[in-house]
Amino acid sequence: MPEPLMTYLVIPLVKIVVILLVLILGAAYLTFFERKILAYIQIRLGPNRVGPKGWLQAIADALKLFVKEDLTPARSEKFVFLLAPVLIIVPALLVFAVIPFGPSDIWRLTDINVALLFVLGVSSVGIYGIILGGWSSNNKYSLMGGLRSAAQLISYEVPMGFAVVTVVVMAGSLSLVRIVEVQRELGVWFFLPGIVALFVYFVCGVAETNRNPFDLPEAESELVGGFHTEYSGMKWAFFFLGEYANMIVISAMATVLFFGGWLPPFPNLLEPLWTSSALAWVPPPFWFLLKVAAFIFLYMWFRGTFPRYRFDQLMRLGWKVLLPVSLANLMVVALGVLMLGERS
Amino acid sequence: MESAHLKAFADAEEMEISFGPQHPSTHGVLRLMVKVDGERILDVKPIIGYLHRGTEKLFERETYNGCIPHTDRMDYTAAVTNNQGLVGAVEKLMGITIPPRAAYLRMILAELQRLASHLVWLATHALDIGAQTPYFYCFEERDKILDLFEEYCGARLTTNCMRVGGMPFELTAGWTDRCRAFIDQFPAKVADWERILTKNRIWRERTVGVGVISAADAIEWGLTGPPLRGSGVRWDIRKVFPYDRYDEVEFDIPIGTNGDTYDRYLVRMEEMRQSVRIIRQCLERLPEGPVMAKVPKVIKPPKGEVYFSVEAPKGELGYYLVSEGGDTPYRLHVRPACFINLQALPEMVRGQLVADLVAVIGTLDIVLGEIDR
Repeated sequence: MPEPLMTYLVIPLVKIVVILLVLILGAAYLTFFERKILAYIQIRLGPNRVGPKGWLQAIADALKLFVKEDLTPARSEKFVFLLAPVLIIVPALLVFAVIPFGPSDIWRLTDINVALLFVLGVSSVGIYGIILGGWSSNNKYSLMGGLRSAAQLISYEVPMGFAVVTVVVMAGSLSLVRIVEVQRELGVWFFLPGIVALFVYFVCGVAETNRNPFDLPEAESELVGGFHTEYSGMKWAFFFLGEYANMIVISAMATVLFFGGWLPPFPNLLEPLWTSSALAWVPPPFWFLLKVAAFIFLYMWFRGTFPRYRFDQLMRLGWKVLLPVSLANLMVVALGVLMLGERS
Repeated sequence: MESAHLKAFADAEEMEISFGPQHPSTHGVLRLMVKVDGERILDVKPIIGYLHRGTEKLFERETYNGCIPHTDRMDYTAAVTNNQGLVGAVEKLMGITIPPRAAYLRMILAELQRLASHLVWLATHALDIGAQTPYFYCFEERDKILDLFEEYCGARLTTNCMRVGGMPFELTAGWTDRCRAFIDQFPAKVADWERILTKNRIWRERTVGVGVISAADAIEWGLTGPPLRGSGVRWDIRKVFPYDRYDEVEFDIPIGTNGDTYDRYLVRMEEMRQSVRIIRQCLERLPEGPVMAKVPKVIKPPKGEVYFSVEAPKGELGYYLVSEGGDTPYRLHVRPACFINLQALPEMVRGQLVADLVAVIGTLDIVLGEIDR
């Protein structure tokens, strides 16, 4: 096989397939872990019947969704109704094209120099899925759910952007790989100087993924199923997968931006330990996935603990608290970087 | 033509939504026609009757003791207090004084039932506001109460545990110990739930100032129970018209100040503690003796009419009994707490947001079995 064909087609394709498989399976299994974690928080056992200790529950759920009847409401906008779940899932998966799981080229699909912009841009497209899904269902609950999430996503996009910009200021680069490298070179992860940014980022992230306590668009007690009330079968599963994939995206981005991506804990202090023969075999993605898992656990912990915000309160929090805080934080961090003068 | 139609569509700011009768937030089969402008509620119209079984008509062909199982099915989360009201009305008309042991047993069971009912309220109220976890904690405790009921009368939900003239059964051996063990551990659990909710910022934002009703309005609407006390009116049938032996035990009536959802929440939480206090006193003083007064085999109250009410967990539950001297009631009307509390719903949510509607439905603590009967 000629060399270019190998580098530009075969290897990327294999990587894409692997990433997609791992991601979709991972998202499916997140539902299982979520149910288990919630169950233990709520003095229950959770799924424990399908397979050993319930480990096949996620597979059984997926199979069930495959064979379910896929209803399309008679008076819905058929094409848009079909398009909406696609618009949810594709951007969520697309983001993983630029996320570095490890230091070398093997561990990532690509490294583009505007990766951060790419992530922000692509993930914003997901909003359309929700709005269009809510609108095309021709259902009042769906419409209200769609409107709610549109407003929610737009207002939380802004402070989130500012939180991300703080990291860019500190790292001096938009490339995700470079951002992690800078954290290694400086010997400090960005969550320390950017603790406020991390807080803003994660709160916005929870709001962006429509998770508790910001799960208004699908507030069951008010809007039945929210924007996906009319969806069933695999279309519904796409919304579901999209939600979990987005959780992974937010967690992965938080790991890369603030927690040193694939770097092991205290990379400089404990360097002898990590390079020692006992631990040197641990592949960098292990650390990456560990950090991502911690964030995802946080998501589930939230769900077991908090009540739900009301729509107007959510807006107030976004515009009147998070936006000023993230702006002020950006200024402080920028000043700090300027004065320390390490990177300009 | 086309453009006029479009313009009318664009100008329409109001939207009507039908909540229920099969909607996850309307407890039971309540249906609400909600007129909204965006997220703001312009008007609400409750539509009831989906669970109507003609209970009051059924009363008229049942013997007095035969009516008791029908009362179980009115407020099915608080069957004991329903029984208590009915037998109380008949006893009042017949002039029967029940033995002290029976009276104390009734109080213990009724207060346990109040706990169970408030637990259902807290569980569903918190769930409606989006907090899932308290639901499971509450139902665990409620199950322990239902176990006690089951041990006493064989039923967990539809207890049918009182008779005209006293109580049908003696306590099983060790029941009082198990009951005491339950109430000993219960206050710590209440403190646990309060830790999850009371100071929780989101919980407060969702409940403070939501569904406000002033004391004067609450009286005008005829509200009773926690919705009335949440507005600051100290009114509890157990205190103002004591029945059984409520005048012999000490307890406080918690009241709120603002009449909002948060105050009603605090009132009910405190009521749970007070109920535990009552049960503890009753268990200490529980006298020996018979549990049944001497009553004729066939209950035939004299001709006349009587109104008797008890403080059910949801408010004042009254029975208006008209007897013609026969062995069945001529007319037995129920004054349901939930039905009358529900009427204030449109007043309480008008101008608020859709999310508040579910909070207010939760805080009114309605049971459709009692509303429709």
